[in-house]
Amino acid sequence: MAEKVASDDNITYHSFDVLIVGAGGAGMRAAIEAGTDLNVGVVSKLFPTRSHTGAAQGGMAAALANVEEDNWEWHTFDTVKGGDYLVDQDAAEILAKESVQAVIDLENMGLPFNRTPDGKIDQRRFGGHTRDHGKAPVRRSCYAADRTGHMILQTLYQNCVKMGINFFNEFYVLDLVMNDGKPAGVVAYELATGDIHVFQAKSIIFATGGFGKIYKTTSNAHTLTGDGVAIAFRRGIPLEDMEFYQFHPTGLAGLGILLSEAARGEGGILRNSSGERFMERYAPTIKDLAPRDMVARAMANEVREGRGGGPNKDYVFLDLTHLEPAVIDAKLPDITEFARTYLGVEPYTEQIPVFPTAHYAMGGIPTNIKAEVLSDNDTVIPGLYAAGECACVSVHGANRLGTNSLLDINVFGKRAGQYSVEYAKTAIQVPMPENAADDVIAMIAKVRMAKGKEKIAQLRKELQETMDKNAQVFRTEETLNEALEKVQELRKRYENISIQDQGKRFNTDLLEAIELGFLLDLAEVTVIACRERRESRGAHLREDYTERDDKNFMVHSMVYKQEKIEKNTGTNMRIGWKPVVVTNYQPMERKY
Amino acid sequence: MAELSVPTIESFTVTLIVRRFDPENDTEPKWEDFDVEMYGTDRVLDALHKIKWEQDGSLTFRRSCAHGVCGSDAMRINGRNRLACKTLIKDLDISKPIYVEPIKGLPVEKDLIVDMTPFYKAYLEINPFLVATDKPKKERLQSPEDRARYDDTTKCILCAACTSSCPVFWTDGQYFGPAAIVNAHRFIFDSRDENAELRLDILNDKEGVWRCRTTFNCTEACPRGIEVTKAIAEVKQAILRGRA
Repeated sequence: MAEKVASDDNITYHSFDVLIVGAGGAGMRAAIEAGTDLNVGVVSKLFPTRSHTGAAQGGMAAALANVEEDNWEWHTFDTVKGGDYLVDQDAAEILAKESVQAVIDLENMGLPFNRTPDGKIDQRRFGGHTRDHGKAPVRRSCYAADRTGHMILQTLYQNCVKMGINFFNEFYVLDLVMNDGKPAGVVAYELATGDIHVFQAKSIIFATGGFGKIYKTTSNAHTLTGDGVAIAFRRGIPLEDMEFYQFHPTGLAGLGILLSEAARGEGGILRNSSGERFMERYAPTIKDLAPRDMVARAMANEVREGRGGGPNKDYVFLDLTHLEPAVIDAKLPDITEFARTYLGVEPYTEQIPVFPTAHYAMGGIPTNIKAEVLSDNDTVIPGLYAAGECACVSVHGANRLGTNSLLDINVFGKRAGQYSVEYAKTAIQVPMPENAADDVIAMIAKVRMAKGKEKIAQLRKELQETMDKNAQVFRTEETLNEALEKVQELRKRYENISIQDQGKRFNTDLLEAIELGFLLDLAEVTVIACRERRESRGAHLREDYTERDDKNFMVHSMVYKQEKIEKNTGTNMRIGWKPVVVTNYQPMERKY
Repeated sequence: MAELSVPTIESFTVTLIVRRFDPENDTEPKWEDFDVEMYGTDRVLDALHKIKWEQDGSLTFRRSCAHGVCGSDAMRINGRNRLACKTLIKDLDISKPIYVEPIKGLPVEKDLIVDMTPFYKAYLEINPFLVATDKPKKERLQSPEDRARYDDTTKCILCAACTSSCPVFWTDGQYFGPAAIVNAHRFIFDSRDENAELRLDILNDKEGVWRCRTTFNCTEACPRGIEVTKAIAEVKQAILRGRA
């Protein structure tokens, strides 16, 4: 259990061997692996089962070959090609190889996978996962109806409970304390009381998820504000590949609520306003099951060229009407209910209006295959780990394949747990500096008493609108400069915010203000990285540089925070580049 | 191909009457009115956000996913337990004010936020995890029929809409409540689990399944459509006759 080492009036001190920040899939998988031999603690902004892993639907990839021939090498190839060759191939190999055990682990923990008639884990098709290097779609996704993420989150939490893992729920981590370049711990704000907690730990794992809330139309939860990623960045850790943000093709039109790719895996078809199955033109071989970047772009293009549906011709249709209602009920119950609840559309008989929605950050905190965080292209920060969406290993490169994120959190969450324990067993605790909480206390005091003129919600709205308008599926130097200018304006206005709730208990007004600060940082990094990558690759489409440029850009971007204004970016950010790890697969033209 | 027609929806003013309580300033809860401009397709959560973001930043509630899967925003809306993010304004009678208050039977922390600790405690007491002593090298086999046996109760998102709609739970906070029983059901009827006897024993307690008066409030409240009362009845049957 947690050991309280000391305490004064407002600050509680805790000491752990391994401290995990975030209780979604990656954080809890790490906790289970870290076990209870050492002091392991998990700090989470939300009660664990509220984490956004629970919103994942379609499945988790693993070449079990339960229903047809498959192997991990095909999976590796698909991952590399799906990521438009920006994937680090050593990491992709690990992801694919360890996927089988990762699924078995979950089943053994109790996960209720759908089953084949002979009782094995059932598998279905998903975008970009193919047989023998692209010949045809393959059944690789292990699933539990269309609530696979929910079942993973529940199963991991159940096993944490079983093991007696120590949780600090509704504790919001606001700072990473570094001492002479080494991590000493984190500082957290307890939402219920407004109290400050300082956690020192030998190993710290960030598993804080994504930051879809930089966009307006998103499948992401309100709470996905990139806190961990922004905290790392503020403490001098670079961010990798931030220009690669995935837009999921099938968000409910106007709302962004996710409708799983499993709908297409089960036979669903995308159509434009004239009823044409337009993916046949964009990806003749695997059609609707092309990778997400290609499908999202095709949809946006259909709309742009006037073939969208609805009064404003601003969406296309997901057609499930040819599927048996029994199949829909058994395999896609949740998403069809979303269509009924939120759009009043009956998927048995009507087509569902859909449009791409901001979904997943391929980029994030740079790590190596041991989930260790890097301070530059290859220097490890001992004792600091990251896993899941907040991290960039990079297994997703320029575009993640569906079902590879539930896999990522399990494989690299487990690795983070493993290696963090190994490190903590022999490491000496980095001393917690005096007044470690001062920065957080000052930040909270400043925000709580903020009596300026700007409303948080208004600034956030303007941020999200400029990101949707200028840094979404299609991008140009001009739109990105416009976005950058706007973000910088918003950062200035953020200095003049006002909040109404000055209380200590459950001050969500304060919370939203701090979250907005993180979003502004991450939006700026994203836009800078987008602007500096003058090519098109994966999810990043530059209309002014439409070709992939392997000669100049077969590299990861690394954005660093600087004290002074940098000449090449015009901001206090510096951009560097990092080579891609290539093992077996040389870049080829990407056709499906 | 028939194009979908999205009807042009007029915006209109809705009055929300929200139960407020700030322990730092109030001695007791009070009702407060807010008028907000909404569209019929908006959700009650959108209305709460609109109030918080435009009128009163101190209005406090939990929310995260905003589409009914994280279980954060269960509340009493016009006297019924629902998720604010799954309740469309157009499905309520907007000629009258919409009453919003915290779920009942759990201590109010602030406005719509309640202390969930007693709820989680009951959940933890039923051993909500698979117990299986074998050490398989691969997956355990389970037939689709065996898998279907407990499918319904795997949907639970721990939102507490069921437990806090139960009149027995309102008067007796010691009662395990529907959600804990649903989660016990999920394991009792899982063919891979070896701990059914223990769970049945726990729920055979005087605060266990026999407190259920089958009022079906829980089933009506469940935002995931789980047949909660039926699950409780199946657990009762299993205590009497063993799991079938």
